[in-house]
This record gives sequence, C-alpha cells and structure tokens, in this order.
Amino acid sequence: MERTPLLSMHNITKTFPGVLANDDVSFDVHSGEVHTLLGENGAGKSTLMKILFGLYQPDSGEIRLRGEIAAIDSPTSAIEHRVGMVHQHFMLVPTLTVAENVALGLPSARGFRTDLDAVSERILEISNQYGLAVDPGIEIWKLSVGERQRVEIIKALYRDAELLVLDEPTAVLTPQEVDDLFVILRQMTNDGTGIIFISHKLHEVLELSDRITVLRNGAVTGSTTPAESDRQQLAEMMVGREVKLAPDKPAVDRGPARLQLRNVSVKGDRGTVAVDDVSLDVHAGEIVGIAGVSGNGQRELAETIAGLRNAQGGSVRIDSTDLTNASPAEVRAAGFAYVPEERMKDGAVGEFEVSENLLLINHGDPQFRKGPLFDFAKIRAHSQRLVDQFSVKTPTLDTPTSTLSGGNIQKLIMARELDSSPTVILAAQPTRGVDIGAAEYIHSQLVQQRSDGVAILMVSEDLDEILGLADRIAVMFDGKIVTVIERESATREALGLAMAGG
Amino acid sequence: MSEFFTVSVIFATLSTSIRFAVPYLFAALGETVGQRSGVLNLGVDGIMLLGGFGAYYAVLETDSHILGVIAGLAVGLLMGLVYGVVTVFLHAKQGISGIGIFLFGLGFSDLLFQELVGTPLPIRPLPRLDQLPAVGGIFEPLVELPVVGPLIFDHDLLTFLAFLLVPAVTWLLRKTTFGMNVRAVGENPQAADSLGVSVARTRFISILIGSTLAGLAGATLSMQLAIFQQNLTNGIGFIAVALVYFGAWQPRWVMAGALLYGIVTATRIRWQSLDIIPQGASDVAAMAPAVITILALVLLASRVRGPAALTRPFSRH
Ligand SMILES: Nc1ncnc2c1ncn2[C@@H]1O[C@H](COP(=O)(O)OP(=O)(O)OP(=O)(O)O)[C@@H](O)[C@H]1O
Ligand SMILES: [Mg+2]
Repeated sequence: MERTPLLSMHNITKTFPGVLANDDVSFDVHSGEVHTLLGENGAGKSTLMKILFGLYQPDSGEIRLRGEIAAIDSPTSAIEHRVGMVHQHFMLVPTLTVAENVALGLPSARGFRTDLDAVSERILEISNQYGLAVDPGIEIWKLSVGERQRVEIIKALYRDAELLVLDEPTAVLTPQEVDDLFVILRQMTNDGTGIIFISHKLHEVLELSDRITVLRNGAVTGSTTPAESDRQQLAEMMVGREVKLAPDKPAVDRGPARLQLRNVSVKGDRGTVAVDDVSLDVHAGEIVGIAGVSGNGQRELAETIAGLRNAQGGSVRIDSTDLTNASPAEVRAAGFAYVPEERMKDGAVGEFEVSENLLLINHGDPQFRKGPLFDFAKIRAHSQRLVDQFSVKTPTLDTPTSTLSGGNIQKLIMARELDSSPTVILAAQPTRGVDIGAAEYIHSQLVQQRSDGVAILMVSEDLDEILGLADRIAVMFDGKIVTVIERESATREALGLAMAGG
Repeated sequence: MSEFFTVSVIFATLSTSIRFAVPYLFAALGETVGQRSGVLNLGVDGIMLLGGFGAYYAVLETDSHILGVIAGLAVGLLMGLVYGVVTVFLHAKQGISGIGIFLFGLGFSDLLFQELVGTPLPIRPLPRLDQLPAVGGIFEPLVELPVVGPLIFDHDLLTFLAFLLVPAVTWLLRKTTFGMNVRAVGENPQAADSLGVSVARTRFISILIGSTLAGLAGATLSMQLAIFQQNLTNGIGFIAVALVYFGAWQPRWVMAGALLYGIVTATRIRWQSLDIIPQGASDVAAMAPAVITILALVLLASRVRGPAALTRPFSRH
C-alpha cells in the first residue's frame, strides 16, 4: 500500500557559514499522522522546517507536496501549498489583536479596508471546533504563553493548513496545556492533517508520535515508532551514546542557610501582587526546586532575588549580606549566579559574539586584562574552554550569539554562570529547550555544584526535573509558597495537586 | 503687557499658531507612518528644504500655488525613493543615511537657490480661503465671524488639509490592511514576514508617504512665508521627528505637539513685536522650542514604548 505522502523532502542539504545544518536529509509525512523530528540542539531540525516553510532556500534537494514538486521560495508560497508552521519562537505581533495577527498577510474581503469582524467570526468557529478558546479582540501582549500558542495554531488552521509544523510547541507549556494541545492535534490528524512535531521531551514524543525520525549533526541517523522504542533508546539514538536520564546524586550534608528569603512581597508588571509573603531558605549543599505552573510569581521572585526588580516588603540575604533591593552587581558580588528564564532577553546579548557573551559577567576580572586593555588571547582560551566543556555548538567563537540554536544559547549561559564559582545559584527552567545530552550535562553540573556546597534554587515547570534533582520542593501558587516538601515524601500526584492550588 | 491680553490679540495669535503648526504637522504625520513601520528618517529637514525650494521656485516662475504644491510633493517622493532604496533594499543604517539626506537637502537647496534665484524675491503668498479666486466670496462673511472666524476660517487650504490628515492617518493605520501591515512590520517584522507580508514593500511605501509629506511640509512653509532662504526650516524637520516621540506615535498627540509648537512660535513673535521680550533676550526666547522638546522627551517619551523594531533593518538570514 504505497500511498503518496502528503510531504516528501528529498536529499535536502543546507549550509550556513561554517555549519552543515542539513546533510542530505530525506523525510516524509502522510496525511493523518504525527511524524516527530528528534535531535540534539543544533541538529538541524528548525533549519529543515524553515526550508519547508520557505524561510531558507536549500543548497540542493527537492520538496514534493502530494507528489508534485513544490518550489517553496517564501512563506507566502508555503501557505499557498497549505503548509502551516508554529515557530520555535512565537511569530506574533504583541501590539496587534488576535484577529489582526490572524488576518495579517491575507487579502481582505473589503479590499483596502480590514475586515476584522468576519475574521473574528471565523476564528470563533475554529476555536469552537477545536476547543481553542481565545478572544479575537484582545491584544497578544495580554495573553499567557499557552493562549499565544493557541493563536499560532489558529493562524495555521485559518489558512486551511493540511500540513502543520510545530517546532517545540510544548517547551513553554504547562503539563495541563500540553495535554490540551495533544487533544487538539489528535483531532486535527483525525481530520486528515499531517503534523510534524519537534520536542526534546521524550515522554511527549512517545505519547504523540506515529513515527519518529532522528537527526544528528544535520543527517538522519534513523527512524522508529513509539511501539519499537523507549526513552532510553531514543536518547541514545539522538546522542549516539548511553545517556543517564536521571542524575546520580551523592548524599551531601545540608549546611547553613545561604540564601534567605523573609516575607518577600513583590508587585508584577501590571501592578498587582505577584509574590505574596514568601519565606524560604536554601542551604549550602542542597537543591531546592520551585515547582508550579508558570505565571504564579516564579519569574518575579527570581528577578527580585537577582536584583532586577524591587520588593515591596520583606528581605533577601545571601550568607550574612542583606541584599534586599540591591543592584544586580551587588548581588553578583555576593556570589550569586543567575540563569534567567528568558534567555534571549535577560541572559545573553544576541548581537554579541559567543566569546563576548561568555565574558559578560566578568569582563572586569583582572585576569582578562593587560593593563587597561583586554587580553584577547586569555579571553579566547577561556571561551574555548567553556564552549568545549559545555559542548556549545558554534562554528566559531566570534559567531553572533543569535544565530545559535535555542538550546545552545541556553548552554552558553549555563557555562558562563556555573563557571563564576558562585555560592548561590538561581536557575530558572535550566533545561528548557535543551536536548537530552545537554540536559544530562547541565544536571550533572548542578549536582556537582551542590556537592561543592553551593546553595541552588531551581525554578522548573518540568516535574521530572524537579523530582530528579531537588532535595526539597516548594510549590508556588498564586504568588505564595503553598507547601514545602522533602523529596522523599513528594509524589507526582501531590505536587500536581498543590500546583493547581488544591 | 496688557495689550497682549486683549481678546482680539489672543485670537489673532492663536490663528497664527494654527498656521505655524502646519509644516510641523505634515512632516510629523509622515514621519509617524514611517516610524510605525520601523523606519526612522532623520532626513526630514533636508527633504523639507528641497521641497520648500521646489515649491518656491515653481511659484516664482509660474505664479501657481498648485504647481508649487506639486513640486513639493514630487521632490519629497524623489527623496523618499532614494532613502527607501538605501535603507530598505541596501540595508544601510537608518541614522547615518538620514543625516546624509539632511546634509544633501541643506546644501543642495541652497546651491539651487544661489544658482537659479540669487537674491531672495518674495512670491505671492498662499491665499486664505476668502482670497481664493472662484469661491472666495462664500468665505468672506465666515472669516468676519467672531472667534471662529480667525480660528477656523482665516486659513489657507493646506492648513485644512493638514488637520484633515490627522483622522486620515489614524484611519489608515487602524482600519486598513496596509496600516495593519505597517504596525506589524514596525513591531515584529519576522512575524509579518512569516505570514507573507512583504516587510520591504511595506516599509518602502511608508517611507514614500513620510517623505512626500515632508516635501509638502517644506512647500507649505515657503509658500506661507512667501520667501526662500538658506536653511529656511531652521530645524523644523528635526523637531517634527521629535514630535513623533512626543506624540507617542499617535496622530492626535502628534497634532497636539505640532499645535504646541505653533503656539510657542506665534507667541514668541508676538511678544517680541510688542516688546514684552526685550530685543536682547530674543535669542534666548528662540530657544524655547528646543527646551520644550527636550523636557517633553525626557518626561513623556521615556514612558511610552515605540515600535519595537524601530531603526532595525530586516533580512531573513
Ligand atoms: N541563520 C543562521 N545563520 C547561521 N547559522 C545558523 C542559522 N540558523 C541555524 N544555524 C546553525 O545551523 C545549525 C542547526 O540549527 P537549528 O536551529 O536547525 O537546530 P535545531 O535542531 O532546531 O536545534 P534546537 O533544538 O536547539 O532548536 C546550528 O549549528 C546553528 O548554529
Ligand atoms: Mg530548533
């Protein structure tokens, strides 16, 4: 039964300066199936999808849709071929409304004038059909991440996409939102849509996929199905070696409290209370995990500790230093390292080169100086060491950071922060968007720091990560810490319940 | 002092203010469209100077204000083509390209003036409504009305056009597909591009609209003053750019800023002529607009966020 695939990509090759991003890749998708692309950071998944969507041109290879050769040279022609894409980084205009975002680029029934009423009506139809609740008249910046995701899917459905690409759609979603998304995607495949799914979370891949294709260094290394494989096998196919999915944690004596939060209250961006009377100690040699659905005050709390946001009440101390409403420089001077949630906005400067970003927090360090000038030889050696150690995939040390793949930017920030010999680490979503191999490494580094007596506060929405690493777990809901549990007595169910405010 | 506060003097000053506001308004409205699409044009003042000279020369030669307006628009369009090609298609830096346009306009308008005219000859001033050839009679009684006469009717047609452009530009930005594209490419060009909106074309057209209006602003200025001289604008184009920030990229607030400038300028001139400001201090008084601009930018502009992609060139790779 050789059905013509909905999509077939043949022998696609794409190079960027210094990088072979896709190496003779062939890949196909049938109507009604979910075909997952799996691969490490920088393996070339997004590149392949951007070629399919007309954002990049391949150096060689061809694309066929429904058996016919398709010359896709722009997003417009991809859309005409009924290909839709939900990008790894949202492609929404925050100041425009949902309806305007959906209508962008489409002809209006009223010619020169927009026809947003009709667009809104159709959006409501689609959202009823698939249970994608969203208000067409609201501006994007007012929406939660999960809602924005829905808008992205509606954008594709509105254009009658028969083939939908979802590039890491779940990276920023809560477990509940992921479940909801999967229901919608299943409904779409039942209606005949073909879906390409990308995710680093193996349990999701096993749950949703019909077929799985693995990329490594730009080339296809194998194909499988969920029935024929398990997490461990998938991880090894991706990385090419054995992978430890849960880190070994040696027993470490809990030392004195190093980070002390007392009755901290913080206002959010819209002036409402975001963090409400939070008290928490993090001791030397322990990892405290903050679990919770994002948007419950974790980001504001993290920013307050890091000196990026002022507290309205309470105090923050590291060891014996009072750092309440101190500047980021003062907080760092006290031995604090910070891996922010928004890596591109708060963690790295996109236009800067890789080595510059690696130097961002210690460019004043005398060891990198020659008199008043930088000692570039030393800086290069230092950067090269970090890049090697954290296996940051970059063509050169002078590559602009914004061209690295998402996961590699995360590794770069991790490398810089962990290398600063901190006494307290705050890591927010440390492995979001990071591949299995790199996540393993980041986890082992955090465990290593813990053994060295560092106090680690880790914010994560990923319960596996929390349960795998934390010694104590604090659950945040509605700005409050609703419970603090020792790891031994924590269960997935109890945490889930507390995260939902129960 | 009391002379200034007689009702008729106040209304006459306000009437002049409205007229003075017009070049600011044309230029700033055009710059608003450009900036909403993500393009800053610092060359506005230079385009105004060239448009101003074009209009002045056309009227000098033909005595036709219509040809003057057309000359201003055409010069603006031409300069927009240059600026658009350089910044959108050749990805040049907007800041320095705009300065280049300004310097070219400043120098070239003066060169043309010296070569083609030499000594400043006045031209026929822009007629007010009641001085228009065919329909003037209709407006004569209206201009005589108290209050509304000087405020609303004692103006030239371009003044009306400028203020009508305020709702028109608002409508363009809010209610048309083009305006939606403009806002999208000024905020997140990648997103617009991913939906098949041509970032280059949208920005190019926005630049053309902006610079054409800058040309018209210059034409209005030289025809209202009925004269041309070196650096006639004296920085009006730069203030118009500042007014876009001042007005938070909203046409109605941009208009408020333009009116404020009109009032400041008219009041200063009136006070000088009434000797309220001593002659020695007139240079200081002439700085008032600059001081207001700086204060306004410090106090207001830091609070509102402009188009996120402003001044950022776009390319896919
Ligand atoms: N515009 C670009 N210019 C230069 N190099 C690029 C560009 N886009 C991607 N690359 C390089 O191509 C390689 C593949 O990147 P790609 O984004 O496809 O990876 P990915 O598999 O999607 O990774 P991730 O899981 O981290 O998102 C990387 O090495 C990246 O640095
Ligand atoms: Mg990717």
